[in-house]
This record gives sequence, structure tokens and C-alpha cells, in this order.
Amino acid sequence: MFASLMLTSGVMVIQSRNPVYSVLFLILVFFHGAALLLLLGLDFFAMTFLVVYVGAIAVLFLFVVMMLNINLSELQERRLRYLPMGGVLGLLFVLEGLVILDVDLVPLLYSNIDMVDLAWTDWTTTLGEVSNMHTMGRLLYTYYGLYFLVASLILLVAMVGAIVLTQNRRLGARRQKVYLQNTRDFARTIRKIS
Amino acid sequence: MDIVNYIAVAMTLFLLGIWGIFMNRKNILVMLMSIELMLLAVNMNFLVFSVYLDDVLGQVFALFVLTVAAAESAIGLALLVVYYRIRGTIQVEYINLIRG
Repeated sequence: MFASLMLTSGVMVIQSRNPVYSVLFLILVFFHGAALLLLLGLDFFAMTFLVVYVGAIAVLFLFVVMMLNINLSELQERRLRYLPMGGVLGLLFVLEGLVILDVDLVPLLYSNIDMVDLAWTDWTTTLGEVSNMHTMGRLLYTYYGLYFLVASLILLVAMVGAIVLTQNRRLGARRQKVYLQNTRDFARTIRKIS
Repeated sequence: MDIVNYIAVAMTLFLLGIWGIFMNRKNILVMLMSIELMLLAVNMNFLVFSVYLDDVLGQVFALFVLTVAAAESAIGLALLVVYYRIRGTIQVEYINLIRG
């Protein structure tokens, strides 16, 4: 149910005319993705998806949509232009993917082995005492500490880049000259004009 | 747990992202959203296989993909705002400033 709602929301993201509706359907897609992850047992990642995607990316999109107020009439005028060739290629790709999924990935599906006996075992709930967050924390701060630092550096570069790009630098604006103010000699600021 | 359904959902979401990029050639905002959809699909693929194979490395990688997705979205939207401030429009077919 979550998957079907997720896919219909995904279709609505790229089909809706108004970008505001598109962003709202994107938020709906992220919610359903988080619900699917909860069904998988990944509670930490479900919450992280909610926080990062809905809280950061979707809100960023909403702000940009409101800032830009693009005209909506002339978008999407000829939507069926690429249908013959692109439809054939997309259909081929979907069929190939389904064939791979059914045959190669699950080879037991067409064999005589009973699938019920070979059921997947959730070892993390049967054996493990540590939760998902404990595992991630232990891995991230020990073995993958370097990659963790690299990820933080990527985020820092993105933040600084976004701030520098969108900073409004006008030419005629009067700016504070910090260096001149700090190096000014106070004995010479007041002079007697004789 | 049926892994095939999860993988099929992720693959269909990825194809939806590609379809959105090709369909909305005029609107770069919806193209960025489609890129986000594709990144979400890839991330879900990583997580599903991580759970299925009992390997936590997939989750670590999914976290890094999430970081890169957030950074990419921020930078792309900042570039979009700067471009709108300069040109006054964000139509894709007018972006031909560096045409030779």
C-alpha cells in the first residue's frame, strides 16, 4: 500500500503543472519512503529520511518555488513529443529489469525448492541486542571515521557555497571596513585644527 | 520479507525520475525534483540490499548518499536563484550563454 501510494505520488510529482503541488507530492513520496523503511526495520534511517528530505530538501524547494514565482502557463506544452521512441525504450528497460528481478535475483523462484523453508531470517532481531542506531554509531565513529569527516566536509562546502552564491553583493552599498577600524590610531582621531 | 517488491518499487521510482527529467524539459525545478527522486530510489536500493544481506556497510553508504543529496540540492537551488536574479527567467532553453 505504501509502495503504490509512493509511486502514484511520484507520478504526480512530474505530472502536476504547478511546482508547489509538485513539491507537496515530493514530500508525500518521502513520507512513504520512510514508511517503507520502517517496515524494513530501519528505524534510524526512516527518521533520518524524514528529517533530511522533508525537513531540509523539500523546505528548500518550497522556498525557491516561492521566491522565483515562475509563470506556469507555458510549461509542459507538448508532453507527448517523445512518446514513441522513449516509450519503446522505457518499456524495454522495464521488461529487462523485471526479467532480471525475477530470474537472476531470485533463482529459487522457478526451481523445485520450497520457498517457505528458505525464508529470510532477521538475524538482527533474533540475535542482536544492539539497535540500528548503535550499530551505525559504532561503525561510523570507528572504522569509517575518515569517510564521516569527508561527508561533513562536503556538507560544509555545500553550505559555504550556497551562502556565497546567494549573497547579495551590491556595488554601491557602504560596507564596514573592519581592518581600517581596528588599525586606527586613537591618538590621531581627534586633531586640533588651528 | 519479499525483496523483489522492494527492488521493483525502487527501480520504478528511478525510472519515474528519468521520465520526469525527459518530460519536463522546460522546468529545471521539476528536473531537480526528479534528481531527488532518483537519489531516493538509489538510497532505498542500498538500504533494502543492506537489510537483505545483513551487511551494515550499505546503510553507511546510504548515509553518505543522503549527505551528497542534501549538498547537491542546496548547491543546485543556490545556482538557480543566482541565475534567476541575473536573467529573470529559469527556462532551460535560454541557457545558451557559453554556446561557442
